[in-house]
Amino acid sequence: MTQYIIRRLAQMIPITFGILTLVFSLIHLIPGDPAIQIAGENARPEDVQQVRHALGLDQPLGRQYVNYLVNVLHGDLGRSFQTNESVAVQVRQRYPATIELAFGAMFVALLVAFPLGIISAIYRNSWIDNVARFFALLGVSMPSFWFGPLLIIAFAINHEWFPVSGRDAGLRSLVLPAVTMGLALAAILTRMIRVSLAEELTQLYVTTAVAKGVSRGKAIFRHALKNALIPVITVLALQFGSLLTGAIITEQIFSWPGLGRLLIDSISKRDYPQVQASILVIALTYIFVNFASDLLYGVVDPRIKLE
Amino acid sequence: MKRFKLMLRNFAFSFGLILTVALVLVALAAPLLAPFDPNVQDTSRRLEAPSHEHLLGLDDLGRDVLSRIVWGARVSLRVGFSVVILASLVGIALGAISGYFGGWMDTIIMRVTDILLAFPGILLAIALVAVLGPSINNVILALATIGWVGYARLVRGQVLKVREMEYVTAARALGARSPRVIVLHVLPNVINPVIVMATLGLAGAILSEAALSFLGLGVQPPTPSWGAMLTAGRRYLGEANHLAIFPGAAIMLAVMGLNFLGDGMIDALDPKYRKEM
Repeated sequence: MTQYIIRRLAQMIPITFGILTLVFSLIHLIPGDPAIQIAGENARPEDVQQVRHALGLDQPLGRQYVNYLVNVLHGDLGRSFQTNESVAVQVRQRYPATIELAFGAMFVALLVAFPLGIISAIYRNSWIDNVARFFALLGVSMPSFWFGPLLIIAFAINHEWFPVSGRDAGLRSLVLPAVTMGLALAAILTRMIRVSLAEELTQLYVTTAVAKGVSRGKAIFRHALKNALIPVITVLALQFGSLLTGAIITEQIFSWPGLGRLLIDSISKRDYPQVQASILVIALTYIFVNFASDLLYGVVDPRIKLE
Repeated sequence: MKRFKLMLRNFAFSFGLILTVALVLVALAAPLLAPFDPNVQDTSRRLEAPSHEHLLGLDDLGRDVLSRIVWGARVSLRVGFSVVILASLVGIALGAISGYFGGWMDTIIMRVTDILLAFPGILLAIALVAVLGPSINNVILALATIGWVGYARLVRGQVLKVREMEYVTAARALGARSPRVIVLHVLPNVINPVIVMATLGLAGAILSEAALSFLGLGVQPPTPSWGAMLTAGRRYLGEANHLAIFPGAAIMLAVMGLNFLGDGMIDALDPKYRKEM
């Protein structure tokens, strides 16, 4: 296991560098002279020069790259064009909101997927199974940027149960964004739990347990479900990463003050250091979560030899 | 033909095919189907609810929503097809080279795919459009940049399998050169999963274009795009719900149709993948 962790960590190094390189390159992909683009077409030459200097664009490319890496390693992600404070300040302020949203969505997904998945697996091909399957298909096809507004119309405008946007009303303000983001995950998990549990239920050990007098309910929940959950946990952990990127859209729908909204706001303000920092943090969190879910896979299933 | 008939018996496939054909027809016949010019404004009637004259109502600038949705199908499909064609051509070429020749070319191509796969796709697309500037062509470029990876991985895997087959060895023994072997003998054998991936990729590209346009990073006004229409609609929730409801429904139907079609193909083309659900 230790060896596996070390090897997985070693694999993460080039990927992390790749991501850093990509984020570094972004500013150089701006068509034309990035300094002019950022300062504005009509900016005075000295302003353009100031932007160029502030971004380090007046240095050779290699030096810029090394500086960037060194700065990032020291936790210095640059200064915002808008506020002139370190971009890390905003990122730190917004990060908890995004994580809260992701956990909220996961909670919603579990709340829906568990009962639905288990019931469909037990009563396979019944009407209730069909309803669950339809729900799963709907869930994966429905774009969040449509589902979110529909929820707002129904539960924030027609019935004023939840706020339309923002994060000021405590848990109440979390409900609609979490449901919006949780739907697709709920759909995926329902399918996973159904397939996984249905397969376990056909295993001999379940039959044996029932034959030895264990009640069917106990055989399902005590024996089969435990094994069925292994792949589900992995999917759940992997999906947490995609929740982070899903948050970019959901935060925009509900004006949720998280990292995703920060990213889109800074793009519209052409605040490139803030854009780079937001992208870097989201991407790094994403690969870290995926790494953690890989490890979790080995922990929950001792049968799996991590080679 | 026999295989197609077999596929038609699959409910998901037929349902998806109907929705997809409808989408393509709407896009092709947009000038005939749209009752009004999608860009003509009548600000005195802005936000008007659906009526006999304007079946899906008018938007915030008094434009006919139905006409904009009909023309929006063109934008969605143009982006979708361009992305899939670009991504699959690049992906197939690189995947075939990677799998067939192996060695350092394989190493480099695969490391690049590793990095691109580790980077959340939509985030990279957002990043690219943010620096390149929002436009339909940049959306296509950004989505193709993240899209080719899947094809490259798929084709490489298949080529590795096919490469060892006797008929490939035979072709080589008869003096066929590498490009000929790849194009004539290897690729035809990997084309089925690529078609499935392209169908699902089309759905993904349409959804991503809508997402980018929704974020204000995609197709720019006044070009009608379903995602951009939704953004405008979001501002008038409560007073004019039709602005958000109808474009969203269009996106969902298009994406659902293509997803059904792709899923149906998986079931029909490869019994191994036949899912029980």
